[in-house]
Amino acid sequence: MSFITIVERVNELDKRWVFLGVALAVVLSTIFGLTFPEIPTPMVKDIFNKVESMPPGSRVLLPFDYDPGSEPELQPMAEAFVRHCAERDLKMYFIALWPLGQQMVEGVTNRVIEVEYPDLEYGHDYMDFGYKSGNEGVIAVILTDLKKLYTTDAHGTHIDQVPMMAGISNIRGFDLILTVSAGYPGMKEWIQYAGTPGNIPVGGGCTAVQAPLMYPYYPEQMIGLMGGIKAGAEYEQLLIGAYPQFKEDKRRYTTALIRMGPQTVTHLAIIFFIIVGNIAYQILRRHRGTQGSR
Amino acid sequence: MRRTVPLLITAIVGAVLVIAYFIPHPPFDGLREDFSIFFDIIAAVAFILGGGNLIMMHGNRAYRREKGYWYSLVTVVSFLAVLVIGLAKLGNPGGFGGGTSVVTEGSAFHYAYQHVFRPCAATMFGLLAFYVASASFRAFRAKNAEATILLLVAFTILIGRTFVGTMLTSWLPDSLYFLTIPYLADKIMIVLNFAGNRAIMIGIALGIISTSLKVIIGIDRSYLGSD
Repeated sequence: MSFITIVERVNELDKRWVFLGVALAVVLSTIFGLTFPEIPTPMVKDIFNKVESMPPGSRVLLPFDYDPGSEPELQPMAEAFVRHCAERDLKMYFIALWPLGQQMVEGVTNRVIEVEYPDLEYGHDYMDFGYKSGNEGVIAVILTDLKKLYTTDAHGTHIDQVPMMAGISNIRGFDLILTVSAGYPGMKEWIQYAGTPGNIPVGGGCTAVQAPLMYPYYPEQMIGLMGGIKAGAEYEQLLIGAYPQFKEDKRRYTTALIRMGPQTVTHLAIIFFIIVGNIAYQILRRHRGTQGSR
Repeated sequence: MRRTVPLLITAIVGAVLVIAYFIPHPPFDGLREDFSIFFDIIAAVAFILGGGNLIMMHGNRAYRREKGYWYSLVTVVSFLAVLVIGLAKLGNPGGFGGGTSVVTEGSAFHYAYQHVFRPCAATMFGLLAFYVASASFRAFRAKNAEATILLLVAFTILIGRTFVGTMLTSWLPDSLYFLTIPYLADKIMIVLNFAGNRAIMIGIALGIISTSLKVIIGIDRSYLGSD
């Protein structure tokens, strides 16, 4: 087999070899538990510092607009937000505009609040509005009158009987909107229909593919932006720095940092394939050029 | 009449919502709220319409045994199964009238969600990595100047989004920080991406404004259908 034949085969490499390479990158880095430290970027720091600066008892609205498809990417940052709010003794109000967002809220409250902060009481320290259909229409209504649309919470309790709802008539009553979003409706709608018209600070995280579309809103209409699992890992790094107790159980408190290991190795695998493909392409191009000039 | 009434509704609602944005005072603010609630109600009803449409489309395909009808059959059966266990609250603690939510732990709906939907959705999402890798291998070829620039940008972002980017250029002195990969990746996202996206967003917004005006005034009637 001549050198050029080998190069031709590499150039036209069957996609199954690429799949195998990616699979090995993910599996091996997961098995060996590869993790890398993260250096927090300013956009992530801005959100962290905002939460850190809020006085205890401040009200934070947490829209969880994602579903199981993006759960592996977004759940770690959602958990980090909840942990941070709980540590700061902030009041948490969960809400969902995605049908499965409610399950995401339940997943986080079950794993974080009920296990790590059993002293927090439902209705006093945190509550769940549940899911409502209507996308940005829901936000437009609750901007002026929350109780017009939400007469009960997710568990069927009348909203007036939830103690932490006292004094809140619309979402202007919240001090911060910390959204976790995977698309429409999500972060963009919370900025356009709540944050900007209501003058409420909005920050939060979204999937990595959604992040480039959200950058134009920073820093005027967003206090910070977290894109993908990397930003989640950066937030965890900041949490560990500020609250050393989170160093104790890495599997529980640093899920994003753990997931960044396979992501980093997979990125390297993709880069490797791109370099190999380009080398093969350039060799073939020169070879064909030489043949053509003869 | 069939076209005049919907046209009037659209014109009135559209105009009121536009006015209410600039004059958020009675009666416009109240009307805006009412219209938003109407929208929410219609959105909820759309779920029923969507469900019916799904059954009709896939039911027909399965009935006619068109190519790939098995997939349609699986869709219809799964849809009906989840609908029944959800509506009847099968397995819910306390049964149908137990006052518990349909998603309560232990319910059949919760079981279906946890053990069928969730793993399937995560798998579909996970498959993206393989397709992205395969597509990158084929698409990112330095065929000309533009493709080479695209390749370099993709490279910088790919490496810059991981710790490897930091590690590779950490030896650079502070005076050359602007050459580090994370800095370059950040600048690409914040400067180039910002500018490009803002331009696109402004363009889209202008397009939406002109289309909305056409709809409100009644020039664009395509939403009413062709009849």
